[in-house]
Amino acid sequence: MNKFGRRTQWWLHLPMAIVALLFLAPLLWMLSTAFKSPEDIIAGLVALRWWPNPITLENFTGVLNKVEEFPVWQWMGNSVFISLAATALVLTVDSLAAFAYSRLHWRGRDRLFSILVATMLVPGQVLLIPSYLLIRALGLFDTYGALILPAGAGAFGVFLLRQFFLTIPVELEEAARLDGCGPLGVFRHVILPLSRPALATLGIFTFMGTWNAFEGPLIFTDSLSMRTLPIGITIFQGRYNTEYGPMMAAAALAAIPIIIAFLLFQKQIIKGISLTGLAGR
Amino acid sequence: MQISVRGVSKNFGAFRALDNVSLDIPQGQLVALLGPSGSGKTTLLRIIAGLEAPDEGRIFYGDQDVTNCSTRDRGIGFVFQHYALFGHMTIFDNIAFGLRVRKWKNEQIRPRVLELLRLIQLEGMEKRFPSQLSGGQRQRVALARALAAQPQVMLLDEPFGALDAKVRADLRRWIRSLHDEIHMTSVFVTHDQEEAFEVADFVVVMNRGKIEQMGTPDEVFARPASAFVTDFLGRVNVFHGRVQNGKAQIGELEVSVEAEHGSVEGDTFTAYIRPHEVEIDREPHGPESMQAAVSRVNRTGSTVKVALFAQDGQLPIDVELPHEREATLNLRAGDIVWVYPRQVRVFAAPTASVESSS
Repeated sequence: MNKFGRRTQWWLHLPMAIVALLFLAPLLWMLSTAFKSPEDIIAGLVALRWWPNPITLENFTGVLNKVEEFPVWQWMGNSVFISLAATALVLTVDSLAAFAYSRLHWRGRDRLFSILVATMLVPGQVLLIPSYLLIRALGLFDTYGALILPAGAGAFGVFLLRQFFLTIPVELEEAARLDGCGPLGVFRHVILPLSRPALATLGIFTFMGTWNAFEGPLIFTDSLSMRTLPIGITIFQGRYNTEYGPMMAAAALAAIPIIIAFLLFQKQIIKGISLTGLAGR
Repeated sequence: MQISVRGVSKNFGAFRALDNVSLDIPQGQLVALLGPSGSGKTTLLRIIAGLEAPDEGRIFYGDQDVTNCSTRDRGIGFVFQHYALFGHMTIFDNIAFGLRVRKWKNEQIRPRVLELLRLIQLEGMEKRFPSQLSGGQRQRVALARALAAQPQVMLLDEPFGALDAKVRADLRRWIRSLHDEIHMTSVFVTHDQEEAFEVADFVVVMNRGKIEQMGTPDEVFARPASAFVTDFLGRVNVFHGRVQNGKAQIGELEVSVEAEHGSVEGDTFTAYIRPHEVEIDREPHGPESMQAAVSRVNRTGSTVKVALFAQDGQLPIDVELPHEREATLNLRAGDIVWVYPRQVRVFAAPTASVESSS
């Protein structure tokens, strides 16, 4: 049992609840707006009224019925597909690279690794234009390749996994070698199964990062059918007016998968955040 | 299978871990590599296993030169100090791992693993994970895993090092009886001389990358070849002095110096006297005895441990007496008695420094 009594715990929970509410408020407002009629959105804003009156699904039907104008299902499919593909790509490439950087011995390894780590200091925005030019030159513009492949070139995952692999005792690798494993056998039978927490962390961060990515998909794609959900939502924001209802409905749709993912992997995500020392990414 | 080590040297940067070591490990023997940390014993074991490559020298298994042979082709079982079990696999899968990698058929693997579980007395535990076992059980699983693919040689790196005293004693006895059963050529590394003496047929004492002495436990203990070995193997009183008139002077005590140790008139020397090789009496015994004051008598344990000071408290001496002998003397702190050593080992100084001795 906790060394504090129930009463003390209650007092500790109060500030936590307040902070949680502060973070939840925008999300709840988004949900509530998605169910409001256009008049109610304005009136509710003035009256600071949370509960929709009347509750309507017209925003959702509006979004989902105008598929020519707003191909929400297509965007959703794109988002799911590229997030899964990018996650698979990152896990494969980064774990193999991290294995080479942590467990194999080759000339120039550590020097190359420092250069790799140094690239983490370059802000992503700086790389947008060069990436764009590269993608155009490779003929990948406005394709899934443009949305997926750049993720595979990140140094963060290699760094994270390498540091984790280094904590796995060398004896385990030696034991596998004595039992007849080659380097790939060691990788498959020892390193990968023992690195599940790190791999899950990287997988979740990559999935969330790709799902929420905005700048890359905005610049590397052009056609309506290649857009992802976060870009698609902005289309509701016209030059002169913003259709808040449909926009919030689309945003709610976009948030649902990631919230489900969070509920499923809650423990893992929290572990992951403490593992990487990053408060989200 | 006999193992031969021929002129093996190994450096780690500027540190010379092994310095031209040669050694024969006879077929079917259980051999202990004994030495303080940094003596090169683990490096030698890892070179025999193929986990390290020697800078110079060669390793033979029987007549076959295996120096350039990869570790997996050497047919060895290896037990690590910290077990090195795969935490994500059950006990069964841990033991079966090497067999699966070596492409054994499932119908061969199962009986083999069950047989090994019987051997290590962990039947019925195959579905557990290593974290659910005690240290001693884990080390037995590690042993079963090493034995699984029927190796010709068994190598153990401080196999008892991570265990507590009671479990360690049990496992030692068990390993000895297991060896008597299967008679596989085995080498184990330890820094504990008691462990080496209790378990091994043959002891190799190492220091600073060289072999100081090899022999049976009896030989090594009765006739240590160097000051280092004497000091390292068990509790000992150490005295320094200079040889005069062919005799070593230790306080008032005169000890004749044995020629084999090559001491020369006027040389400084170091003399070693084991506590159980000193006699205490109430009467003097001529020039081979000296006066000392009893400072403490400890009657717990299998012998009585007496701490004394000779030369007005300048020269501490530890003595171990049988309980019966001490009962007739009835020693008390402050008593003035005479001590005379039954055996003194004298070596010319300087002596090697010893990092650990007990």
